[in-house]
Amino acid sequence: MSTQQGFAGIGQSDRTAPTPLLPVSLENVCFGVNGADLLHDVSLTIGPGNRTVIMGPNGAGKSLLLRLMQGLISPTRGKLTWRRDWNSRQGTQGGTPGSATGGMPSGAPPVSIVLQRPVLLRRSVAANLTHALRVLRVPRAERAARLEELLTLGNLQDRRDQPARSLSGGEQQRLATVRALAASPEMLLLDEPTASLDPQATHAIEGLIQSSHERGTKIVMVTHDMGQAKRIADEVVFVSQGRIAEFTPAETFFTQPQSEEARAYLSGQLVI
Amino acid sequence: MQELQSAFWEAGRLLLTFDSDLTEIVFLSLRVTLSAVFIGCLIGFPFGAFLAVARFPGRTVIVVIVNAFMGLPPVVAGLFLYLLLSRSGPLGPLALLYTPTAMIIAQAVLVTPIVTAMTRQVVEDLYQEYDEQFRSMGLFGARAVPSLLWDARYSLITGALAGFGRAAAEVGAVLIVGGNINHVTRVMTTTIALETSRGNLSLALGLGLVLISLSLLINAAVMSLRGSAKRLAYV
Ligand SMILES: Nc1ncnc2c1ncn2[C@@H]1O[C@H](COP(=O)(O)OP(=O)(O)OP(=O)(O)O)[C@@H](O)[C@H]1O
Ligand SMILES: [Mg+2]
Repeated sequence: MSTQQGFAGIGQSDRTAPTPLLPVSLENVCFGVNGADLLHDVSLTIGPGNRTVIMGPNGAGKSLLLRLMQGLISPTRGKLTWRRDWNSRQGTQGGTPGSATGGMPSGAPPVSIVLQRPVLLRRSVAANLTHALRVLRVPRAERAARLEELLTLGNLQDRRDQPARSLSGGEQQRLATVRALAASPEMLLLDEPTASLDPQATHAIEGLIQSSHERGTKIVMVTHDMGQAKRIADEVVFVSQGRIAEFTPAETFFTQPQSEEARAYLSGQLVI
Repeated sequence: MQELQSAFWEAGRLLLTFDSDLTEIVFLSLRVTLSAVFIGCLIGFPFGAFLAVARFPGRTVIVVIVNAFMGLPPVVAGLFLYLLLSRSGPLGPLALLYTPTAMIIAQAVLVTPIVTAMTRQVVEDLYQEYDEQFRSMGLFGARAVPSLLWDARYSLITGALAGFGRAAAEVGAVLIVGGNINHVTRVMTTTIALETSRGNLSLALGLGLVLISLSLLINAAVMSLRGSAKRLAYV
């Protein structure tokens, strides 16, 4: 059992430890649309614990990479393997209920994503979260308490009855983030969660990310914000033109980038 | 000219005194049309949503047929229903011909395609927008339908009102299967047709005014719905 405690920061000693979700490996993964490859031969293994930041120019394929991991798209060629197999229709297979933050029914997908353009429902803030809890099959009796927890987490208590789509950009992003956390995911994928947010709103989101990390949720985040990358990253995946240009620890990446593309990107040059 | 003027006055008097014939007719009309719209929504919302999210061979054909049925001429609908319900028809034993129930069925036949088609369109657009988000949350296909219907609620009510407008203004179908029998199956549109041909303009005018007000009311409701949907940023 002790070999399965590699998952960062979960104290589940009183429970049979589930098979860890991670690492996830991509082996020669290609993704194409209409015959044109958008991701070429991506091989990458993402392990538990470290906060992984994905960087790269616009159109490099960062969002596609996240959507592959979430299971929203499937590789055209190649293989994506989780240590513990799951698919979004059935949720976790073989894992016992309970995840990084505990207590979710095993039907909940163990991976959550905050899309680059999150879609909020045409309902109030609270109703958006309640909907997510209902979809996750959280028992009715527990929903109210979970709702309060999530509202507090996102600092949205005062906005609970406001139509979600009338929230400010930063508030919408906070709502989308706590909604993704409603599933108590073991892995959280964030696609530019703070693009176009002011420093304070950015700080709030980073706080949410940090606290999930501390609770043991694996963080994978796409960002263009260098400062943010430096604050959050333990390791950096650099994507360029549909390929992984490098995958290095954060210190190495920011001081001595290994690839030509990353060097150019970091020095503010155009990566062609 | 004189005659027209006095007909107007008489119509006004009928309306203001809640003339018993007139109110009876108005209430039957509302009962028939509201029931038809209710049935239309009961069928049209889930069926339209199903067509929006399901993918199966023949789906496009069904969508085209439903859309075509939106323009079904009421008299044709009435005729088919008449053939079904007439004493020698397959549903003859039910003895529904020339009853309000037959009129409700006839209008439901007209309303259901409208509600179905509008629901399909609205829900399909919404589904495109929500699809990836929903799939990421583990919400697929039919399980997404209630969420989609709820989020489409403003547009769906508008669709139902459109159906109501069509049914309330329709004369052919209810005339054929209802027969316009005094105190039994006379509704506003059939009464207007009959009384006008008989030269009894005042009752026809009074009912005409009610119909127009109803139509104004529906359109005002649609506008204010749209307004509140916009205010809530639900558009
Ligand atoms: N469904 C699709 N059909 C055609 N091309 C697509 C499709 N999805 C993505 N692409 C293309 O694939 C490339 C990578 O897209 P992706 O969204 O992953 O970029 P990104 O790295 O996230 O960029 P950004 O920083 O701008 O968000 C882009 O050039 C995009 O136009
Ligand atoms: Mg992107």
